[in-house]
Amino acid sequence: MIKAKIDGIEVEAPEGTTILEAAKGVGINIPTLCKHEDLCATAACGICVVKLAGRPSMVRACSTPLDNGMDIITRDPEIVEVRKTVVELILSKHPNECLTCMKSGNCELQKLAADFGIRCEEYDSIVPDLPKDDSTKSIVLDPRKCITCGRCIQVCQEQQNVWALSFLRRGIHTQIAAAGGIPLEESPCVKCGQCAAHCPTGAITEYDDTEKVWAALNDPGKHCVVQIAPAVRVALGEAFGLNPGDITTGKIYAALRRIGFNAVFDTNFSADLTIMEEASEFVSRFTEKTGPLPLITSCCPAWVDFMEKYHSDMIPYFSTCKSPQGMLGALAKTYYAEKVGVDPKDMVVVSVMPCTAKKYEIARSKDMFSSGVQDVDISITTREVSRMLKQAGIDFVNLKEEKADSMLGEYTGAGTIFGYTGGVMEAALRTAYYFVTGEDPKDVNFKSVRGLKGIKEAEIDIKGTKIKVAVAHGTGNVETLVNKIREGIKAGELPYHFVEVMACPGGCIGGGGQPIGVTNKVREERTKGLERDDENKKIRCSHENPEIKAIYKDYLGKPLSEKSHRLLHTHYVPRPKYKR
Amino acid sequence: MAEIELTPEQIAKLKAATKAQRENLEKLARETKENAEKYACTVFCCNSTSCRSAGGESVLDAFQSAVATNELQDKVRVVKTGCMGLCSAGPLVRVEIKGQKPVMYKKIDAMTARLIVVEHIEKALNEGEAFKLSPTLAEHTLSLDMTFFRKQEKVVLRDMGSYDPESIEQYVSHGGYGAFKKVLDTMTPEEVVAEILKSGLRGRGGAGFPTGKKWEFSLKEDVGEGGEKFFICNGDEGDPGAYMDSCTLEGDPHAVLEGMLIGAYATRSTTGWFYIRAEYPLAVKRIENAIRQAKKFGLLGKNILGSDFNFNVELRLGAGAFVCGEETALMASLEGKRGSPRPRPPYPVKSGLFGKSSCINNVETLANVPKIIEKGGDWFASMGTEKSKGTKVFALTGHIKNGGLVEVPMGTPIREIVEDIGGGTDSGKALKAVQTGGPSGGLIPKDMLDLKVCYDALREVGSIMGSGGMIVLDESDSIVDVATFYLGFTVDESCGKCAPCRIGGYQMLRLLKKVAARKGTKQDIEKIKQIAHTMQKASLCGLGQTAPNPILSSLKFFMNEYEERLLPATKTTSTTTKEQ
Repeated sequence: MIKAKIDGIEVEAPEGTTILEAAKGVGINIPTLCKHEDLCATAACGICVVKLAGRPSMVRACSTPLDNGMDIITRDPEIVEVRKTVVELILSKHPNECLTCMKSGNCELQKLAADFGIRCEEYDSIVPDLPKDDSTKSIVLDPRKCITCGRCIQVCQEQQNVWALSFLRRGIHTQIAAAGGIPLEESPCVKCGQCAAHCPTGAITEYDDTEKVWAALNDPGKHCVVQIAPAVRVALGEAFGLNPGDITTGKIYAALRRIGFNAVFDTNFSADLTIMEEASEFVSRFTEKTGPLPLITSCCPAWVDFMEKYHSDMIPYFSTCKSPQGMLGALAKTYYAEKVGVDPKDMVVVSVMPCTAKKYEIARSKDMFSSGVQDVDISITTREVSRMLKQAGIDFVNLKEEKADSMLGEYTGAGTIFGYTGGVMEAALRTAYYFVTGEDPKDVNFKSVRGLKGIKEAEIDIKGTKIKVAVAHGTGNVETLVNKIREGIKAGELPYHFVEVMACPGGCIGGGGQPIGVTNKVREERTKGLERDDENKKIRCSHENPEIKAIYKDYLGKPLSEKSHRLLHTHYVPRPKYKR
Repeated sequence: MAEIELTPEQIAKLKAATKAQRENLEKLARETKENAEKYACTVFCCNSTSCRSAGGESVLDAFQSAVATNELQDKVRVVKTGCMGLCSAGPLVRVEIKGQKPVMYKKIDAMTARLIVVEHIEKALNEGEAFKLSPTLAEHTLSLDMTFFRKQEKVVLRDMGSYDPESIEQYVSHGGYGAFKKVLDTMTPEEVVAEILKSGLRGRGGAGFPTGKKWEFSLKEDVGEGGEKFFICNGDEGDPGAYMDSCTLEGDPHAVLEGMLIGAYATRSTTGWFYIRAEYPLAVKRIENAIRQAKKFGLLGKNILGSDFNFNVELRLGAGAFVCGEETALMASLEGKRGSPRPRPPYPVKSGLFGKSSCINNVETLANVPKIIEKGGDWFASMGTEKSKGTKVFALTGHIKNGGLVEVPMGTPIREIVEDIGGGTDSGKALKAVQTGGPSGGLIPKDMLDLKVCYDALREVGSIMGSGGMIVLDESDSIVDVATFYLGFTVDESCGKCAPCRIGGYQMLRLLKKVAARKGTKQDIEKIKQIAHTMQKASLCGLGQTAPNPILSSLKFFMNEYEERLLPATKTTSTTTKEQ
């Protein structure tokens, strides 16, 4: 343990603790702008400077480890003056557009300026005239608002291993952009949106599709249906002052109905459907050797894009199942449309997702038009829907809970856990167990695949049959896993039979479209919310969902049927990392 | 990569082979020396970048062809050499005839070169001591007794100008690699470190960290059997006006390599890295050549010179960013990444290049090492001041009569350097100030010229030793313009990572330009001071922390020059007006 003093207070902390962390432990919040809990300190902003008694220089609290005998001063007039000047300098290169900025109210720079009581522009504005990059139609880069903290680049390169974003030019001209200054859409970007989730300002945000949704809702000729993803229900409340992990499913149904949707469905239903297809696919490959193993999950569009760009040799191992979003879209415009007698052309399917990559997924290939028209028309993020509800004056917190509409609304505990890392695996195992043995597992909780560890490995015993599984989250963890698979295949010894990957740390609950401010603590709370939702469900296995049974009976026949294949499955192609 | 394990027999064989190489090299050196002594006359032609840019290469060609035409090949040897020092008078040529006083020629062109062969060399060889130079040629001579040469104390520059830097044989015949052989044969790494500690040598890159201490820390880092430890030579000299390191690399490359070998032995490093900026093509070429020759003679590789010491050297070219002289940015650049500094700790000796323990030294520091080993730490420590030992090479430029590379003992008064060695201003106008330390340094006004050059004295007056740039300003130079130039340089060269340097430098430059354009006010000067203070305290690396030095020292000593340009005091208290 290291012993030191901070502002006269004795502190004790394990070796490696930074001054910033140690100070926090004794109730001193040293201001910082670039440091994010998820990321290593880059020491870029220069706001967290502190003094060590007896030394003329200042050191950065974020990156300086606590050392024995240190006598740290975190606040004196000189330190405050220096910090304030740094904030003023940063503000001089940041547009004064808070009122019209998407991040207003959620901006860390705005908060800092307020905390420091900055009331005038001390230095001339030197905001460069740089264009936005909205080429991906999933996330938007606005380099004018960038404060060059480097979080997005750390996230993109180190956490996600995508290497789309980079710093361009140097000195005062330093800006974020796709490496080489190309449009982001032509870069290796997988649209995971983790950059947006970590950006302290409005420099990276989701592509806003809310106007399109309003236009559809306001069009009397359109039959608008909506679906909400598993992870949305435990996060949307945060935008209305609720806690991370609070389950607000019923309120969301009610709210969406109030703003004008004709039918409110749940992506958890199609998550159950995904399990029916994917578990069947797994059992068929495992027992009948109809395809190669390991089977790799495919419900995460950023992961799919990443795989197609970086690991296209894995295509044969990929589950052909569409994501739950895609499946629900296809069924809304076929099964549901037929039942209610609406022409799919007059129907608008909106999905509310924790994800920016889902915006890309809805048109990623011709398979996404399986109903004859585009299956899902608009995909909006949790953040976008929260703005819509606020604009509509919905008193979300006090809203009475409602139920989803039938046909595509009923879900099981297995469907809801799709929202966190390991959940798809766990849900699939519950049903695979049934498919293999004809009975439900005694304990449906496969806890070995849960948790925030980067790569989780487990061996599942299905009545004597051992199934080796692996779960990874954060595309930065994929390479290790994929290399292990490659080596195993080469050596003729399968390291795993079934693999789940989600692009975002924590899975969808930590998705790039979720309310701002995600940390591991928040990820844990949201995960717990979904775990509670699962435990509270009477039915916890997808194959027991009555609406799932109905749809197979009435419409699809059986899993992996011809109709299933046409509507619920897709294909993958190798894609170049750079389009030009 | 795992090293292939060698059997004792193989090692013995290797040792025998490298021992044979060593004997071969010694034999060659003897032969070279004997061969050189056969000639009655040697013509040394300076072929440093400075003399080459003044036509040095054609002078060399002219001498070689004139010697051939006049059939003097058996008597006259033409040697291209490194820098002879008085660069402002280049191309320089020194003619040494046995039994006669050497003659130094200045500003030689090809025609004069041919004239020297016929009118001086041929005649002097025939006439012997009775020979007298013709008045035409006498006009081109420089007295070797002039104070420029006489008042210097050459340690680093000792061998420069007297051997062909592209010939390892000539280097060895001058005693080269003798110091390395000495440590290999008779000293333990600990003893080498102790000798360097005793010498009091401090880093010549600017910061002045004790080299022995650095080596001691590095030696203490146990990387284990088969572990890697790096030794890096920082050849990224980039101060405007400074070219000591490029000249040393060009003129005495083997001395730098020898210094590295000794350092590597002392720290038990496994691989060496030369980082040289690509704008120094001749330095790159000569180091490349030196490495190749050293490999050929068993000075690099496995079981060097029959010992158990293994060491290899890599050469990497920098793209010319000034910030890459900062050690952590340099290592990032070596790794192929964007050249940006990172916070320390961890220090390079703990976690440096590719995360391995790395010891990094400047070119001049390493060039001092063989001499210290050769003559002993006490000898080195006998020169200089209490805290700054040895000598320092300066690039004396600007409004100076005798400009070039000069080497003086630490503690020499600046007046002696500029007046005695430099010969005063070249314009005849009064000297106004001397700028040291380049863009990180400051101005020393004429009434402080008795200041003794050493790390601490220079720092006390707001300048720094830096790498050794010394620019002389006369009455015609504007201090405000000089300060603006230097700040402009650092603003251009800022990597853009940290806000205080990136934005602070730019805003300060705008204010300074405003003052220079006679549009500034007293408030602007106050703002400049405010930003300067913030940059010093909150910038991440030395570049930003020292960038305000030229401004602060000029404000301190030459406030009158700023005041002359300020607008008359007005009642307005508004912030700065917008300017282009």
